[in-house]
Amino acid sequence: MESETIIRLSKNKSNQRQAKLIQQLGYILVWACGFIAIAAVFWIMSYVLLQGIRVIDYEFLFTRPAGGVSGEGGISTTVVSTVYLVVLTIAMATPLGIGAAIYLVEYAGEVSKESKFVAFLIEAARTGVEILAGVPSIVFGLFGFALFVLYLRFGFSLLSASLSGAALVLPTIIRTSEEALLTVPRSYREGSLSLGATRWHTIYNVVLPNAMPGIVTGVVLSVGRIIAETAIFWVTLGGSFYLPRTVMHSGRSLALHVYMLASETRAFDKAMGTAAILILTIIVLNLAINLISRGISKRLAGGK
Amino acid sequence: MSLNNHADKFIVENLEVFYGKFRALKDVNMAIRANAITSFIGPSGCGKSTYLRAFNRMNDLIPNTTTRGLIEKDARDIKGLDIVDLRKTVGMIFQRPNPFPKSIFDNIAYGPRAHGIKSKARLAEIVERSLRQAVLWDEVKDRLHKSALAISGGQQQRLCIARALAVEPDVLLMDEPASALDPIATLKIEELIQELKETLTIVIVTHNMQQAARASDFTAFFNMDEDRGGYLVEFGPTASVFTNPEKKLTEDYISGRFG
Repeated sequence: MESETIIRLSKNKSNQRQAKLIQQLGYILVWACGFIAIAAVFWIMSYVLLQGIRVIDYEFLFTRPAGGVSGEGGISTTVVSTVYLVVLTIAMATPLGIGAAIYLVEYAGEVSKESKFVAFLIEAARTGVEILAGVPSIVFGLFGFALFVLYLRFGFSLLSASLSGAALVLPTIIRTSEEALLTVPRSYREGSLSLGATRWHTIYNVVLPNAMPGIVTGVVLSVGRIIAETAIFWVTLGGSFYLPRTVMHSGRSLALHVYMLASETRAFDKAMGTAAILILTIIVLNLAINLISRGISKRLAGGK
Repeated sequence: MSLNNHADKFIVENLEVFYGKFRALKDVNMAIRANAITSFIGPSGCGKSTYLRAFNRMNDLIPNTTTRGLIEKDARDIKGLDIVDLRKTVGMIFQRPNPFPKSIFDNIAYGPRAHGIKSKARLAEIVERSLRQAVLWDEVKDRLHKSALAISGGQQQRLCIARALAVEPDVLLMDEPASALDPIATLKIEELIQELKETLTIVIVTHNMQQAARASDFTAFFNMDEDRGGYLVEFGPTASVFTNPEKKLTEDYISGRFG
């Protein structure tokens, strides 16, 4: 009897020791995973930044690319093109995306009540958005090339590019906005409606402000996407290194410039320099998301 | 007590509520007295909250819900009323306090603003009056512009009552307004309800039998059928429902034999 207890106790002890060992191994494993992942990202970023910083100076930033295989010149016009492209694309995609999300979350349920066919259409739209979010950007590029550049004769232009870009980020904006709207508690909506506020008043004054951090995140992610995408703009924006004067002019975004410098010129250092600027932009953008979301959350909680 | 001297605020005839094909509430007939407190009691799932939400057509918001039958408010079919007008006059307090994540002031001013009142002086006046009516003014007057989420749960619920009062309803529907609150906060809400009765018709759903017995003038007891649909068992003056119930089921429920 007694010896049995002792055996059971020692068995317990060895079990405990084993559990502790597994726990330690697990800890080391996830720590290593985290370390490797972060180190890899840091390595790539610091390599590009260190390589790139050497060519970045006043002249690099404020002169336009000279063109040709030497890759001489700076990046001024590509920075401006990128800004134009981002502003145009976001200006088109954001209202449309948020509007679609509001419809899907706030109104679609009620409309589907009316007829089976409408419910089917709405379900199809929802699935469509999900599929589009996973389609490679070059597919949107080809679509834009066929429709805007060729068929509608917009040519290689800011207009073609931003329309295609808007189509590319629209699913992202719709989905993040949808998620953001769904996180707003139903009790807020009920509280507002029970006071006799209209549906729209409720959405505008209670639902949207509370969904704003999520919506802003989606929009800023889209800005990042537009800055980073290359292939889609290669077939819609063209690649002119001159300053686009109207939306019908061709241009060259920073990412496109990196690609062209690296693949068609000898100026690999300038490609690195441009890439460094790209990375810095993305970092600033991410900091901006954090600040904006935090600002909105604080204002909401603080009441002012 | 004579039943005919007082005006009825609501007349309910053959009311049924369906969730899809499921009949959640069947064939309710009832008259709800103006300037009185009517309480709905019954076990969970008996449809009493669903019934309450029929009075300001809040069930319309839930997909697949259909309502049949008639509810008349002041002798007018509420289906024919504009939904905004209906909800303006029929306020609702929810189970969990649901202040908006805005300042106390903006919470109270929300309804009036939604109905087009813009003048700052006028809004300030409404906010003060509503908070005083909800006996919350003294507790929050120094922090009107602080977040409504920073006050206690009991205060939040009184804030929600003040918010509802700000649009000057003549009916207040309350869905277990004290179930998330501690006993002292509950008592304050109950006292408040007694005061509000002077000017308002109050319909309150409660799980708490003592609350129904001590705070209401009329009591409706609901139960769940074998098919899980809710129905009205008994309705009458609270005193007689509690001391001399007509139905055996009511007596069993009140004496705690089930529920």
